[in-house]
Parts: sequence; structure tokens; C-alpha cells
Amino acid sequence: MLEVTALNTFYGGAHILRDVTLAVGPHEVLALLGRNGAGKSTTMRSVMGLVRPRSGRVTFAGADMTGAAPYKACRAGLGYVPEDRRVFRELTVAENLEVGRREARPDAPSWSVDQLFGLFPNLAERRGTAAGRLSGGEQQMLTIARTLMGNPRLILLDEPSEGISPLIVEQMAQVIGEMKSRGLAVMVSEQNLHFARLVADRAVIIEKGEVRFEGTFAALDAAPEIARETLAL
Amino acid sequence: MMGFYFAQLLTGLANASSLFLIASGLSIIFGVTRVVNFAHGSLYMLGAYIAYSLVTTLPGVFGFWTGVILAAVATAFIGAAIEILILRRIYHSPELFQLVATFGVVLIVQDAALAIWGSEDLLGPRAPLLDRAVRIFGEPIPEYDLALIVIGPVVLGLIWLLFQRTRWGILVRAATQDREMVGALGVNQHVLFTSTFMVGSFLAGLGGALQVPRESVNLLMDLNIIGQAFVVVVIGGMGSVTGAFVAAVIISVANAFGVLVWPQISLILPFLVMAVVLIVRPYGLFGTPASAHGASVPEAPLRAMPPAGIAVAAIVAVGAALLPLADDGFLLVLGIDLLVAMLFAASLHLLMGVGGMVSFGHAAYFGLGAYAAALAVKSLGLPMLPAMLLGPVAAAFGAMVFGWFCVRLSGVYLAMLTLAAAQILWGITFQWQSVTGGDDGILGVWPARWASDRAVYFYIALALCGAGLLIIRRIAHSPFGYVLRGGRDSALRAEAIGIDLKAHQWLGFILAGALAGVAGSVFVFSKGSVFPDTLAIGHSVDGLIMVLLGGVQSLLGPLFGAAAFVLIEDWVMRLDHWRAIFGVIILAIVLLAPDGIAGGVGRLLTLLRLRRPA
Ligand SMILES: Nc1ncnc2c1ncn2[C@@H]1O[C@H](COP(=O)(O)OP(=O)(O)OP(=O)(O)O)[C@@H](O)[C@H]1O
Ligand SMILES: [Mg+2]
Repeated sequence: MLEVTALNTFYGGAHILRDVTLAVGPHEVLALLGRNGAGKSTTMRSVMGLVRPRSGRVTFAGADMTGAAPYKACRAGLGYVPEDRRVFRELTVAENLEVGRREARPDAPSWSVDQLFGLFPNLAERRGTAAGRLSGGEQQMLTIARTLMGNPRLILLDEPSEGISPLIVEQMAQVIGEMKSRGLAVMVSEQNLHFARLVADRAVIIEKGEVRFEGTFAALDAAPEIARETLAL
Repeated sequence: MMGFYFAQLLTGLANASSLFLIASGLSIIFGVTRVVNFAHGSLYMLGAYIAYSLVTTLPGVFGFWTGVILAAVATAFIGAAIEILILRRIYHSPELFQLVATFGVVLIVQDAALAIWGSEDLLGPRAPLLDRAVRIFGEPIPEYDLALIVIGPVVLGLIWLLFQRTRWGILVRAATQDREMVGALGVNQHVLFTSTFMVGSFLAGLGGALQVPRESVNLLMDLNIIGQAFVVVVIGGMGSVTGAFVAAVIISVANAFGVLVWPQISLILPFLVMAVVLIVRPYGLFGTPASAHGASVPEAPLRAMPPAGIAVAAIVAVGAALLPLADDGFLLVLGIDLLVAMLFAASLHLLMGVGGMVSFGHAAYFGLGAYAAALAVKSLGLPMLPAMLLGPVAAAFGAMVFGWFCVRLSGVYLAMLTLAAAQILWGITFQWQSVTGGDDGILGVWPARWASDRAVYFYIALALCGAGLLIIRRIAHSPFGYVLRGGRDSALRAEAIGIDLKAHQWLGFILAGALAGVAGSVFVFSKGSVFPDTLAIGHSVDGLIMVLLGGVQSLLGPLFGAAAFVLIEDWVMRLDHWRAIFGVIILAIVLLAPDGIAGGVGRLLTLLRLRRPA
């Protein structure tokens, strides 16, 4: 459904992504693993059009999306949840959701505000609160709910478990399960192999901007040295 | 007596309405697009002119209000055109480019308005049904003023509803906080920005249209209002509409009472209030630190001058020194103009390129130098050379006073405070007739007899300006200059390693002011006269254009820029519609050569060097 082929991305003169190739199938949850600074976020930002890759191709649902403006990527059905909890701090929870709202699409599950408040009960209680006053975990929930309001076909989740309490991490895993069961494809970036194993069907590991591994968790377990070398365990 | 004060209060509130309308539009546009729109005053003026044409054609009450609304709508579409044709292309450029580009629009609109409506002040009709005065506490109050007092809060309420209750408003507020994220959530920024610009332009047009029954419509409205509108936006906090309302009321009411004490105060009072507010609340009454992002200088290291560059500079200097042998008339005059412009631009560049402080009011120090030198001759009877020395001293003193306040701020707020400072000084020279001659300026400031020969004066100018330029070069490459540049690139880091950055910036501000003052005093004796417009916004923008033309990255940039500016101006001024032509040239440069002339030459050299076999 999403195919990324030989992507090369630069920040100024720094060569960050080197020939990154990966694919996410329909209804699949793919974990994108790698250490700090490996290039996970840059991969997602390149797919979303937030940085323009210098070479390579991004196709989504058969259409070429390479270098398309972010709003076009979103309208094509790509949802993006950034890593640093970029809620609109001065807007209320309900208003944050409104910013993400888009028409329902026939080829993707659609989410209503009520459904999302069901999925994230903490948010329901605080719908009138300015997002800047939520806890870190609640803000993370809000960024996910906000993106789901756009009824995406595939969602890019950038390190959803980073810096939040174990209890909420567990809730996060349930939410990803719920997305998958509703038919959404997911690409989730992670440093934590345990969390990835919990939620994903398959893994891709990148190190210093290059893909080092691609396959199932069973295959990854069969070659333990890869995880040892590329992930901080 | 009581009634009189109450009447004064009502007049202040009525004035506040128009000011609020234009300032809220400016604030909304800045909040979303981060563009400091100099052309906002032009939109206000266009609103007034269009409304004048409409209300003098359409009959009756219905015609009047239809005319006002239609004028605002027309202004909104003009704003959309400006956004789509120009600003959209430079959202990612440094703010300086946007400022200069919008100033290009100001020039074009001035000429267009002159061509369409002529140069005479136009007096519009009174508003039908609201053309009388009612007595309140025995004082006559124009009914129309009462209507304006109601209209201001009503519009504030409508804007509030628009922002709080509509999807568009929520998107705009979200974009004010994080544009990129809004895009990633599927919102087309182009549409959002254009519509925001239209709303802001509508408000400016409405503000202008509503003034038609109160004051004459003329070609000075644009720059007269823009200074005040900036002040209101900054006092209120950039991006805050409520802030704009509160600030407009404060300014207008303070003005209404201030004029009772001192009739001339209206030209400087807003800027004084702004200075006070910014010292107490550096981000304005309703602003947040995040709202300060804006005016920044492109970050690039200063390149040291290559030996070839030094050789070229030497040749140019020698060539310049020989100029009097070649010609004793026109070329010498142009040569002096060039030297003055170069020093002015280089001193501004010292402030911006090295110090990282964008100034919208650098002409203040040029003007201070010029006026001080002129007054020294005219009032104190000093000979020329001591008078010329007094110029930079006065400029340095002015820069010391205003700079102390300015360096406490950063970004757009700093730039706005420099503008305010310049407007205060302009207001003083304009109003203080007995000393400065007001609008008539000071005439007959000629060089001493021994220097009255043009060639001699040319050498004086060459010596002073050349010395000034060398000093700037020394400063830029001194340890002091490195501290300033370090502070420009990362204020936090500089403070963290224990450097008192503010003190350095203050000194930088004073030096830049003094050097502009040198340029000013050379200028005044070459022209023989000085007028308030040497301190005006237009002259400050000239300096910015020179720096921009040359490119901010190199010390030579402002020299190229000043030369190009003086030559272009000299040529264009002789043409009809020179403002419009000049505006178009500015726009062309901003859109086509974003790294300036020096950058262009540099690129050309690199290309040539690449061609050469190694
Ligand atoms: N805006 C930027 N400018 C320059 N370099 C950047 C920028 N953003 C990221 N980098 C660099 O690109 C590399 C990859 O960064 P990226 O954010 O993609 O890593 P990541 O795998 O997401 O890491 P993390 O787990 O810390 O989020 C890093 O070395 C980082 O320093
Ligand atoms: Mg990351």
C-alpha cells in the first residue's frame, strides 16, 4: 500500500537517509526500529512531504507521492503523528480534533469524535481544556486522536511510547490494536523492541540511515546479533 | 468642564475604532503568515479612496453603508492579489525581504492612487442620518463618532466569533501556533494564508472607508497610519486581536487627553506608550514569547575579504580619489551621494548583519547627525568641522538612549521599537518649528569657505566616509564583533558562557548610530539643507533596501547595494511614476535575486572559477 524505494534525504549537506526501501501492506502494522538519530523520523517526514527527498520514490495506494505537499499526502489518506507531541497548545482538546477533521472516505475506517472519546476516555473528560495543560500522555493521545479525525488509510506513528508512563504505553498498544482491527495500516517507529513485538506484524530496522533488517520478529529472533548491534537493548 | 472631558474621551474612543480595525488586520496577518506587512497602510488608504468614490456615487443611507462595505470587500480582493502574486513566493525568505517587498507594494499603490484619484485631498460627504451632533453633558458630540464607538466593539465581537466558532477560525489559530502541523493534517496553507490576508485586508479597508466622513482622503494616509498600527499591534501583542483593541483604546484615549496638555504630542505619544509597555511587558500586553518569532537576519558567516577583493577595493578607492580630476560637476555630486549612502548602509549592516538586530528606524541616527550638524552651524554658529563632529556625537547620544531600550527586546519587537524611536524623533523635528524649522527644514547649511569648492568637499566626504567604512570593517573583525555575531547566532549560548550580550549589543547600537550620524553630517553640508524626511520611515526603508540589494552576508554587500540604490534612484527619479517603477524594481530584485547583488556577483565568480581549468 505504501512503497518507499531507494529514498535519499539530506538536511543541508548531511546525508541522512541512504537508499531506504520499505513497504507497508494493507491492514499491516510495521515497526520501524532504530536507535536515536537512526533516521526513523526523517523517513516518516520524507513520506509525508515535510522534507523533500533528493532522490527515490514514495508511492501510496498506487499514486506517486514523492515530494508532494504534506496536505496532499494527508488528503491521499496518509495520517501523521509527529514525535514531539505537537498539539496546538492554546486550542482546546475539541478544537485540536476539529483541526484534524476531514470527510469520511470509502476506502478507510472513519472515526467520529464520540468514538475517539470512547477510545481515549481521559480526553473526553477534558474536551474543553487547552491542550497545553494536558499531561504528556494525554497530549500523545490527543495527537493520535487528532490524526484519526482525518480518517486515514495508513497512519505513521512516530515513537508513540516515548517518555510516557508504562500504564499509558499499555493503553497505546491497545489503541494500535484497535486501529489494526478497524482495517488501518500502521507504520510505527520505536526504539523499544518489546513494545514493537507487542503491536507489530513485521519489523524494519534502520541504522545510520540505512536499512539493516527487514522481516518478521521470528526471523529477527533467529539472528539475535542484528538486534544487539542496531538497537540499544 | 466634566462634559468637556467626557467629550474628549468619546473622541478618543471613536478614533480607537478605526485604529483597531487596521491594527487587528495587521495582527491577524502577522500571526498566521509571520509577515510584517508594510503595505497594510496602503490597503487602508485604498479602502478610503474606493469608499470615497462609492459614497459620492451611491445615494442615501443605503448607498453610504453599501459603499463602505463594498470598499472593504474590494480591498480584500486587492489584498488577495498581493498575497498570491508576491508574498506567497517569499514566505520562506528572511523577514527583511518580506518587509522590503511590501514596501515595494506601498510605492506602487501610492502611484496608482495618484494616477486614479489625483494629488488633491478629497473631502467625503458626511454619513447620511449621522451628520449631526448630539449634546452630551452640554458638549456637542458628532453622531458619527458615536456610531464608530459602537462599530469598534461590534467588529471585535464578530472577529471573536469568527475565530472561536468557525472551523476557519480554529484553523487560523492552529496555524498561528504550528503551521507545518496544520499542513500535515490536510489543510492547504495557500488557501488559508490567502483567506487570512483577505480578512486582514478587509479590516484595513473597512477602517479606511469609515474614516471618509471624518477626515480628508489623501496620499499620505498610508504611511501616517502604518506607524501607529504597528505600535498598536506591538502594544497589544503580535497576533492578538483583543490586544489590538485594548491597545487602540489606550493609544487613542491617551492621545485625546494628551493633546489638551501639549497639542503637538499626538505624533510621538503612541511611540512613547509603546516604549513604556515594551519595557514592562516585552511581548506586549497579550503576546507570548512565541509570538516574537519574526524579523531575523539570514544566518551566514561573514566571509573575510579575499586578497582580490582588497585589491579591487583599493583600485576603487584610488579611482574615487581621482574623480575630481575627471569632472567637477554632476559626477562629484553623485559621488558624494554615493559615499553618504554607502556609509549609511554599512552602518545599518553593522547593526543587522553583524549585530543581528534588525532596525526599521536607522534613519533616525542619520537624521540626528544631519540636524545636529545643521543646528550647530545655524544656532550655535560653529564652524563646519566642529559642527560635523557634533553630528555623530548627537547620533551616538540618541542611539544610546533608544538603544538601551531596544536591546532589551529581540526579533520583531526590537525592530518595532527602533521604528518607534525613529517616529518619535521624526515627530519632534516635524513639530518643533522654532528650533528645527518643522516642515520647512533648515536651509543654507553650506560648507566653510575653504571647503566650498566641490572637489574639496568631495575629498572631505571621501575621507570621512572612507574612515567610517574602515572602522566598520575593523569592528566586524574584532573580538567585539565576534561576540556580537555569536550573540546573533545564539543568544542563549553567548549568555551561557558568561558574556553580557546586552551590553555588547548596546555598544554596537551606539556605534552604528554614530556612524550613521557621520553620514548624516556629511550629507547635510553637501545638500545645504535638511528636512524631516531624512528621519522618516521611507529613509529607513531606503537603508534596508540598500542592505538587501547588496546581500546581508558580506561586508561589501551594503557598498554594492548603496551604489546600486543611488544609481537606480538617480535614474528613476527623473521618470514619471518613479515610485511605481522603483517599487517594481524592488519586487523584481526580491523575487529574482534573493541573495542580493554581492551574492549574485559571488555566484558568478564561483562559476567562472569552476570554468577555469585547475
Ligand atoms: N532539522 C535537522 N537538521 C539537521 N539535521 C537533522 C535535523 N533533524 C534531524 N537531523 C539529524 O538527522 C539524523 C536522523 O534524525 P531522525 O530524527 O530522523 O532520527 P530518529 O531515528 O527519529 O531519532 P530519535 O529516536 O531520536 O527520534 C540525526 O543524526 C539528526 O541529528
Ligand atoms: Mg525521531
